[in-house]
Amino acid sequence: MTSAQRDLNLAEEGATAATSYLTAGHTLRSWLTTRDHKRIALLYAVSITLFFCLGGIAAALIRLELATPQGDLVSADTYNKLFTAHGVIMVWLFLIPSIPSVLGNFLMPLMIGARDLAFPRLNLASWYLYLAGGAVILWALLAGGVDTGWTFYTPFSTMFSNSHVVLALAGVLLTGFSSILTGLNFIVTVHTMRAPGMGWFRLPLFVWANYATALILVLATPVLAMTLVLLAIERLFQVGIFDPALGGDPLLFQHLFWFYSHPAVYIMVLPAMGVASEIIPCFARRPVFGYRFMAYAILAIAVIGFLVWGHHMFVSGQSVYAGMVFSLLSFMVAVPSAIKVFNWTATLYKGRITFPAPMLYTLGFVGLFTVGGLTGLFLAALALDVHLSDTYFVVAHFHYIMVGGSVMAYLGGIHFWWPKVTGRMYSEAWGRLAALVIFAGFNLTFFPQYLLGYAGMPRRYHSYPEEFQLLHVLSSAGAVTLAVGYLLPLGYLAWSLRYGRPAPPNPWRATGLEWQTTSPPPPHNFAQPPVVVRGPYAYTDGAP
Amino acid sequence: MTPAFHLLPADGAASATRLDSLALCLLLLTGAVALALLGLMIGFSVRYRAGSKADRSGARAKDLGLELTWTLIPLLLFLGVYAWGAVDYLALYRLDPAAQPVFVVAKQWMWKAEHRGGRREVGELHLPLGRPVRLVMTSQDVIHSFFVPAFRIKQDVVPGRYTAISFTPSRAGEYHLFCAEFCGTEHAMMTGRIVVQPPAAFARWLTAGPRQPGMAARGFELFRRYGCSGCHAAGSTVHAPDLTGLLGRRVHLQDGRALTADEAYVRDSILLPRKDVVAGYEAVMPSFAGQVGEEDLLAIIEYIRESGHDERAARP
Amino acid sequence: MNTGPATHAAHTPPAPQFATRAQQEFAGSFGMWVFIASELLFFGPLLFGYLYLRLHFPQGCAAASRHTDFWLGTANTAVLLTSSLLMALAGQAAQAGLRRRAAGLLAASAALGLAFLAIKGWEYHAEFNEHLFPGVGFRPEAGGVAQQWPGMQLFFILYFAMTGVHALHLSAGILACLWLALGLRRAAPAGLPDSAVELAGLYWHFVDLVWIFLYPLLYLVGRAGG
Repeated sequence: MTSAQRDLNLAEEGATAATSYLTAGHTLRSWLTTRDHKRIALLYAVSITLFFCLGGIAAALIRLELATPQGDLVSADTYNKLFTAHGVIMVWLFLIPSIPSVLGNFLMPLMIGARDLAFPRLNLASWYLYLAGGAVILWALLAGGVDTGWTFYTPFSTMFSNSHVVLALAGVLLTGFSSILTGLNFIVTVHTMRAPGMGWFRLPLFVWANYATALILVLATPVLAMTLVLLAIERLFQVGIFDPALGGDPLLFQHLFWFYSHPAVYIMVLPAMGVASEIIPCFARRPVFGYRFMAYAILAIAVIGFLVWGHHMFVSGQSVYAGMVFSLLSFMVAVPSAIKVFNWTATLYKGRITFPAPMLYTLGFVGLFTVGGLTGLFLAALALDVHLSDTYFVVAHFHYIMVGGSVMAYLGGIHFWWPKVTGRMYSEAWGRLAALVIFAGFNLTFFPQYLLGYAGMPRRYHSYPEEFQLLHVLSSAGAVTLAVGYLLPLGYLAWSLRYGRPAPPNPWRATGLEWQTTSPPPPHNFAQPPVVVRGPYAYTDGAP
Repeated sequence: MTPAFHLLPADGAASATRLDSLALCLLLLTGAVALALLGLMIGFSVRYRAGSKADRSGARAKDLGLELTWTLIPLLLFLGVYAWGAVDYLALYRLDPAAQPVFVVAKQWMWKAEHRGGRREVGELHLPLGRPVRLVMTSQDVIHSFFVPAFRIKQDVVPGRYTAISFTPSRAGEYHLFCAEFCGTEHAMMTGRIVVQPPAAFARWLTAGPRQPGMAARGFELFRRYGCSGCHAAGSTVHAPDLTGLLGRRVHLQDGRALTADEAYVRDSILLPRKDVVAGYEAVMPSFAGQVGEEDLLAIIEYIRESGHDERAARP
Repeated sequence: MNTGPATHAAHTPPAPQFATRAQQEFAGSFGMWVFIASELLFFGPLLFGYLYLRLHFPQGCAAASRHTDFWLGTANTAVLLTSSLLMALAGQAAQAGLRRRAAGLLAASAALGLAFLAIKGWEYHAEFNEHLFPGVGFRPEAGGVAQQWPGMQLFFILYFAMTGVHALHLSAGILACLWLALGLRRAAPAGLPDSAVELAGLYWHFVDLVWIFLYPLLYLVGRAGG
C-alpha cells in the first residue's frame, strides 16, 4: 500500500528550492506588495511574534510585581496599564491572528488544492490593516497607556479613566476590520476553490476549524466594532449610552461587548483544535477517530458559542433568569469540546506513536485544554461562579485554554509545518526540550492561580494580603521558566533558517495536499489542480 | 484577622458550606475525568509507541455507539451540576422578608454602609451572627463588586441602580471584604473588614457610637427638606400618589404596564419622574437628579418602607 | 448561456488563483454576500440599542421621533428606492453587454445617492439648530416648551449614529458607482468586467434595505395614530 497520495505528482515540473515562493523576488518591495498567501503568512508571523514579545514583557512585569504583596515595583496606575496592555496585545494582536493568519493563510489554499485564497489583494490589505491597528495601539501605549482593562467596562472607560482610551479603541477597531476581511476570504475560498473531488467531508479538520473560525470572525467582530464606536462616542461627546449618570445603561455595554468577546475565545481555540487534528493522526499513524463527529463538533462549538455570552455577567446585576439560561447553554457548549478530547485520545489507540516536538506540543495542548475546559464547568455553575468570578480562578481558566491550549497548539503547528514553510528542519532535541520546559513552566505559573482564586484572591490587584504570597511566588517562578521556554524556539528556529538540514517534501510522511508540494512550495502551489480521490488522514498502521 | 493562608476560606455563611460541597463534588468529577483521560493518553502513548509489540489489528476510525455514549453521559452529568448550581444561585437572590436590609454605597475607593438604626461605617461592615441579611447596594461612580470570600458571595455594585444579595453569617469572626470589579487606580486598596458578632454584641455595637437618627427618621427629615411632602403628604392640594406602604405594592402605570414597587422603582421615580408615571396622574413631578445623594436616596426609601409598617401598626 | 456578454467573459482569462471565469464571478458574488452579512451584524448593536430604547422608554422614544422631519425622511426614502431601481436596470444593461447604458444608469444612481446625502445634510443642519444634537446643548422643544421625557437623548444618539453610519455606507456606494461608471466607458475586454455591476448592485440594495428599516423605526414611531 503506497503512502497516501504518493502516486500524485503535483509539484511543478523542475521546481526546486531555488524557484520556491521564498526566492521568487528578493526585494523588500516584493515582500511588502506580495499577493502570495504564503508570503503574507510570513509577514503576519513576524508581526505577531513582535507583539507577543511586547505582551510577554508586560506579563513579566506583572508577575514580577506580584511576587511581593506590596505594590512596590510599579505604581498602581502603571500596573493597571500593564495588565491592560497585556490583555489588549495578547488578545487582538497575537492570539486572534496567530493560527488563522499565519498557519491558516499559508495552509488553507494548499490543503484544498488551490493556488491562492479567493482574494489575494484583500489578504494583503488585511495585513496592512492589522499593522495599522497595531501601530495605533502602540501609539496609545507609548503616549501613556490605557488603564481600563482589555474589557473597557463603562462608565469607568467613558467617564472616569484619564488614559488614552479612544486611541486604543481606534487601534482595536482597525485590527477588527483586518480579521473580518480574513474571515471573509477564508469562507469564500473554502466554498468556491476546493480542488475537484475535494468534497466537504474530505477536507482536513484544520480547514473545517478555520472555516468555522472565519464564520465567527465575520459575524461577531462587527458587533465589537460598533460597540467600540459607541464607546468612543460616549467618551468624546459625553452623551449617555452606557453611563447611568447621563441616562445610559452600563449593562448594555457588557452585553454588547461579551456578545463579541465570548465567540472571540472560540476564534482563539478552534484553530488550535484544527492543528491538533492534523498532528495527532500523523504521529499516531492513524486516521482521526470520528471524523464526522469532529467536524460537527467544530460547527457546534461555533454556533453555541454565540449564545453563552451572559456567563461573563452572572454577578453583574442581570436578571437571574437570564443567568440560568446562559448557564445551561454554557454547559451545552462544553459537550462538543469534550467530544473532541475523547476523539483525540481514541486516535492514539492502536496507533504507532512517535514523539517529535510537534507531537509533544500537541499532547500538551490536549492535556492543558482538558484541564482548562473542566475548570470552565466550575465557572458555568451559577452558584460557584458567584464565588469564583473576578478572581484568579478565572485568570487561570482562560490562560489554561489560551496559553496552555492555543499557544501550545500554535507552536506545535509551527514546528510541524516548519519544514514545509522554510525548507529547513529544526533541531529535534531543542524542540523537545522547549516543549517540556514550556509545559512545566506553564503549569507552575498557572496552576497555583486556581488555588489563589478559590481562596479569594481577586483579579487586577496591584497589591494583595500577605497570606496569598506563597502561591504568587510559585506562579512568578513559573513565569520565569515559561519565558525561558518561549525564548528557546526563537533561538533554535532562527538558527535552523540558516543551518538547518534541508527538508524533503514530506519529512513526516503526512497525508494532506500541502505535503505533495516541494518544501518550500513553488509560488503557485500546484502546476495543475490536483484531483482528490480519497478522504483525509489515510494513514494505515505500519505503512512505511 | 488571621494572616494564615486557607485554600478554603473559613466558611462564614450557611451558603458557603453548601457551595464548598458543590465545588468538591465537581472537583471529584472533573478530577476523575482528567485523571482518566491523562491515564489513557499516557497509557496509549506507552503501549502503542512505535516499535512496541502491542496488537494493532482491528483498529477502527469511528464508532457511533461510543460517540453517542461519551456525548450523552457528559451531557447528563453537566445537567446535574447545572441544576445544583442554579438552585443555590436562586437562593442568593430570593427575597426573604425576614432578612435585615443593610445599605451599601460604593465609591472610588471605599465602601460605605448604613444600618437601619442609623449607624454608619466606612471600610467595615458589622453583621449579626445567624440572622439573614440582605445587602442593598449602589455605586456613586463606576461599577464595583462586593466580594466576601468567606461567605462565597459576590455582587457587582452598579451606578444608577440597586443590586442586592442575601446571606446568613454562620460564624463569628472577621473576614476580608474585597472590591472585585476593576474600578480605577486604587482598586486593590478598596478592601474592608466584615465583622460578624453574636446578636447581643451586635445590638450593643449598633447603639454605641455617635447618637444619630435611624435611617427612616433621617429619611423623613429629607422627605420634608426636599419638598416631597409638599405634594405627597395627605393634606396636599397637589394630586400626587400616596406613598405610604408603597414598597411591595402593585403599581399601575400610565402606559398600561404594571409593576411591583421596589427600591429601584422609588429611586427612578425620584430621579426620572417621567419614566414610569402612575396611571391617573399628570407627569408634573420635577426631577431631583443631581440633587439627592445616593445615601440620602436610600434613607428616603427607608422612610417610605417604614411608613407602611407604621400605618399597619396603627390600624386596630 | 449568454451570447452578448460573452464578449467580455470569453476574452479575459480569470485571475491566476481561479480555474475559470465562472468560478471567479461566483466567488466575487459570494464574497459580497458574506460582506453584507458582516455589515448586518455591524448595524446590529444599533438596532439592538433601539429595541432596548423602545422597550424601556416608549414615551420618550415616541416624543423624540415626532421631532424628526417626516417629509424629508419620506423624500429620502423615495430617492433611495428610485436609485435602487436604476441600479437594478444598470445590472440588467451590463448583463446584456450595453456598457454605455449601464454607465449612464450608474451615474444616475450615484446622483440620486448624492441627492439623498444633500437632503440628509439639510436635515442634520435643521436638527442641529433645533438643539436636537445630543450633548450638553440637547434641548428638544415642542411649541416653545422644553420636553424632558427620559430616553429622548438616547433616541437622538441612535438616530445620528444609525443615519450617520448609513450615510457613510451610502457614500462608499456612490464612490463605487462613479468608479464603475468610469470603468465601463472603455469597451470590453478593457476596463472593468460587466459582473462588477452586479456586485455593486448587491451592495447598493443592501444600503437601501437598511434605510427601509431605519425609516419607519426613526420617523414613523410617534406618528401612527398619535
